[in-house]
Amino acid sequence: MKKPITKLIHEYLRHDKKFPHVWCPGCGNGIVLGGLIRAIDAVGLSKDQVVLVSGIGCSGRMSVYVDFNTLHTTHGRALTFATGIKLVKPELTVVVVMGDGDALSIGGNHLIHAARRNVDINAIIVNNQIYGMTGGQFSSTTPYGAYATTSPYGNIEHAFPISELAVVAGASFVARATVYHAQLLEGMIEAALKKRGFSLVEVISTCPVQYGRRNKLADPVAMMTYLKENSVKKEKADTMDPKEIKDKFVIGILADVEKPVYMEDYLQVKEKSKS
Amino acid sequence: MEETRREKRYGHTIFRDWCKQCGICVAFCPKKVFDRDPKGAPIVARPQDCIGCRFCELHCPDFAISITEKDQRN
Repeated sequence: MKKPITKLIHEYLRHDKKFPHVWCPGCGNGIVLGGLIRAIDAVGLSKDQVVLVSGIGCSGRMSVYVDFNTLHTTHGRALTFATGIKLVKPELTVVVVMGDGDALSIGGNHLIHAARRNVDINAIIVNNQIYGMTGGQFSSTTPYGAYATTSPYGNIEHAFPISELAVVAGASFVARATVYHAQLLEGMIEAALKKRGFSLVEVISTCPVQYGRRNKLADPVAMMTYLKENSVKKEKADTMDPKEIKDKFVIGILADVEKPVYMEDYLQVKEKSKS
Repeated sequence: MEETRREKRYGHTIFRDWCKQCGICVAFCPKKVFDRDPKGAPIVARPQDCIGCRFCELHCPDFAISITEKDQRN
């Protein structure tokens, strides 16, 4: 018999909070939260062993709804708070949930430096390609030519490739999934939780209200279909022409390397300084 | 000849208070088990067709649908 999914998720929710949650119909945040809960359950961590840190934005509400140790921090600084938690309590598993605005625009430097230091944090970036909560302004991950409130003639800026950036910044584990590929997403988060060092899972999410409405994808189903049709598995993408995958989402594990973890070296320095 | 494979039956629970009528479960169900009511919420129209893939349960952004395996002996 297969494991129950929704029943399991409900066990991890704070039922004294207001449900249904605040996210719009068809928003990918719920799917990401579900995947995260299932992954944590699969790894076998108890609620008290996990710290969920979130920043500001739609995805920031995630820490409110789940019954882990949670911290809802200031805009863009979720990773810095998480680094602090990990330094003081290295035995805890620290998961950081950020939106694209949080991780790349306001907290862009924190992201690359957390990856460079290889702090043992699991970052999940929910990339909905727009500033959803503030009214649909284009963000640093809005695709070139896409429409937003502040780009009514099409976006003239180019999007940040989040995962590729994390790879070159030195993250131990980098993976990308979409909310359509929920099972893959769960597997990627599970692998990230098990991995020592900085791991990042970029999730391409849906925003039918702010992004979809202006880009002919107003229906949640249309947005999900768009993700389905525009995703290419990493294994297949390696055999394809770079021009073909230019506008596609390459999903799967993009980097998985072993390197010294910040925490362990830090504890060694601490010991050395005492002697 | 009588079918020897033990057919499974599935129960569908929809939490109507939590459902936001996004329509993902209705559109992506491989066996088209659901219909939409006038508001857009799913109605379990053909439960006997369900193959238990749990796509709807995995993709429901509102945690508003639950699939259970029914015991055949009953």
